[in-house]
Amino acid sequence: MCGNEALAEAAIVAGCDAYFGYPITPQNEITAYMSERMPQEGRVFVQSESELAAINMVFGAAATGKRAMTSSSSPGISLMQEGISYLAGAELPAVVVNVMRGGPGLGNIAPSQADYFQATRGGGHGDYRTIVLGPSSVQEMADCMPLAFDLADQYRMTVMVLADGILGQMMEPVVLDPKPRRELPPKPWALTGMKDRPQNIVRSLYLADGALEELNSRLMAKYQQIQDNEVLCEEYRVEDAEIVVVAYGIAARIARAAVDQARDEGICAGMIRPITLWPFPFEQIGAAAETFRMFLTVEMSCGQMVEDVKLAVAGKCPVLLHGRPGGGVPTIDEVLDKIRQLTIRAGAA
Amino acid sequence: MNTVFKRTPVLKDCPTHYCPGCGHGIAHRLLAEVLDELDIQDRTIGIAPVGCAVLAYNYLDVDMVEVAHGRAPAVATGMKRTNPDKVIFSYQGDGDLAAIGTAEIIHAAHRAERITVIFINNAVFGMTGGQMAPTTMLGQVTATTQQGRNPSNGQGYPLQVSEILALLPGTVYVERCALNGVPGIRRTKAAMKHAFQLQLDDAPGLSLVEVLSPCPTYWRMSPAKAMKWIDEQMSQVFPIARLKG
Ligand SMILES: Cc1ncc(C[n+]2csc(CCOP(=O)(O)OP(=O)(O)O)c2C)c(N)n1
Ligand code: SF4
Ligand SMILES: [Mg+2]
Repeated sequence: MCGNEALAEAAIVAGCDAYFGYPITPQNEITAYMSERMPQEGRVFVQSESELAAINMVFGAAATGKRAMTSSSSPGISLMQEGISYLAGAELPAVVVNVMRGGPGLGNIAPSQADYFQATRGGGHGDYRTIVLGPSSVQEMADCMPLAFDLADQYRMTVMVLADGILGQMMEPVVLDPKPRRELPPKPWALTGMKDRPQNIVRSLYLADGALEELNSRLMAKYQQIQDNEVLCEEYRVEDAEIVVVAYGIAARIARAAVDQARDEGICAGMIRPITLWPFPFEQIGAAAETFRMFLTVEMSCGQMVEDVKLAVAGKCPVLLHGRPGGGVPTIDEVLDKIRQLTIRAGAA
Repeated sequence: MNTVFKRTPVLKDCPTHYCPGCGHGIAHRLLAEVLDELDIQDRTIGIAPVGCAVLAYNYLDVDMVEVAHGRAPAVATGMKRTNPDKVIFSYQGDGDLAAIGTAEIIHAAHRAERITVIFINNAVFGMTGGQMAPTTMLGQVTATTQQGRNPSNGQGYPLQVSEILALLPGTVYVERCALNGVPGIRRTKAAMKHAFQLQLDDAPGLSLVEVLSPCPTYWRMSPAKAMKWIDEQMSQVFPIARLKG
């Protein structure tokens, strides 16, 4: 199965009630797969007229308490930002998949990680956050879907899966094993028709003096809880490492191979791989920076996640970047070379 | 003592924020009566627009959602597809439906979504201060057409969305009514009721009622004169007619 199809099937297994989407490369396999499989399961598939419409269809389904998702790639995700902001204001659960491609503008259809800022900072207006998951294999493309739906329902917010064109197209064996589910809260707020209860209203307009500030504070408290409890990251051969590569998604696959080869050459290299990009593993990276070593961020952009790595390291160690924008994919040799250069230089100093 | 007129249960017992003589208040009342008469309060979900009616849920006692400007038909699609047993309606102004949300309404109709749309055409953007809407009449003075709407100034022509929608196979019913006096108000209510009845009967498409609705404030007229203006001016460009179904 390719990553896109694995993700789609995993969404079905995770109980996705409705999929809404508008075709865009490199995620077309998801839309095509869902168009076949969702009706077979008696669930909803709609090919929307735009990503604006798709995200608002998700909004509608989510407001009635259903599990809904959409998927797209970078330019389409830009169009969804209005909807994502409204989902945040209305506190509705939703899952949005971004199989990133090169940008800005129409960019290209090559794999990229250039939407990190947009995903983790929030591309829409207002004070809000989305949880962002960064899978790194076809298996993780599948595994992150039940988690995404659970997190969305638990915290009533958007969870974004941030993948890239390689992960989407890559074929690997995958086991669809729906993770043991979280204990999820009921949805008494859902719009189901006011049978035997008073009216429910789902909205994001708060005009009364101080009312929006109150909502904002409540959202921030929720986001803090997520930062405290939901960080996921993998530490790989970090313990004695003099150089720690930080990478996520497909870049982490490449970095891992480079770390292994460096070790074979006697260089003490390791890797920290954020799995949740928001909440970002500030603590884990900060702890690694307590011992003096070098940090090398490898990402397929001009350098976006590197800003979070710098925040985490807080000036305690040097943080360098190997970035390949515009659809460029770093090779193992490239990363290995960088590791060699940096460790030689550090050794000589 | 005989009660000749009373509040209908779906209409909440509270003062509204609408200006005196505003058509939104009348349209809300009619909508509430229809939902009561069809006895569907407990299975209806309404969608409030961005516009003067954004707070419609303060007045209509049914489950409601407030959505981004113009996106109501897409939201309605998401709701109806996942809840075919519920009655879904959107309530939208002419800026909401005929300007920023044109794509959403055309495509909801084109997909034959089984939803009901109440389309309030008051020929202006009321909420933002009376600017030109796509439905603004030629010569009409608004905040952004201070010399009167003039197509040769690049301001375009009044947009007849209902006529466009009636052409699409995905609509089952399109009617234009007007809140311009008792007969018009009665006709509007009957049209709304028919539109909802079609949805209840699972008719295969979208039902829409366009309502020519006074905005005395930004038409710069008295409420009485506004009703007359609908009669004499607006309905010339937006003919009162059952356009489809
Ligand atoms: C994306 C976006 N653009 C602009 C606005 C500002 N805005 C609010 S209501 C409105 C026009 C409403 O006009 P209409 O739909 O005709 O409703 P009315 O107030 O006349 O009933 C505009 C432009 C907004 N809220 N969101
Ligand atoms: S501005 Fe016009 S549409 Fe808005 S409440 Fe006043 S009269 Fe009604
Ligand atoms: Mg208007």
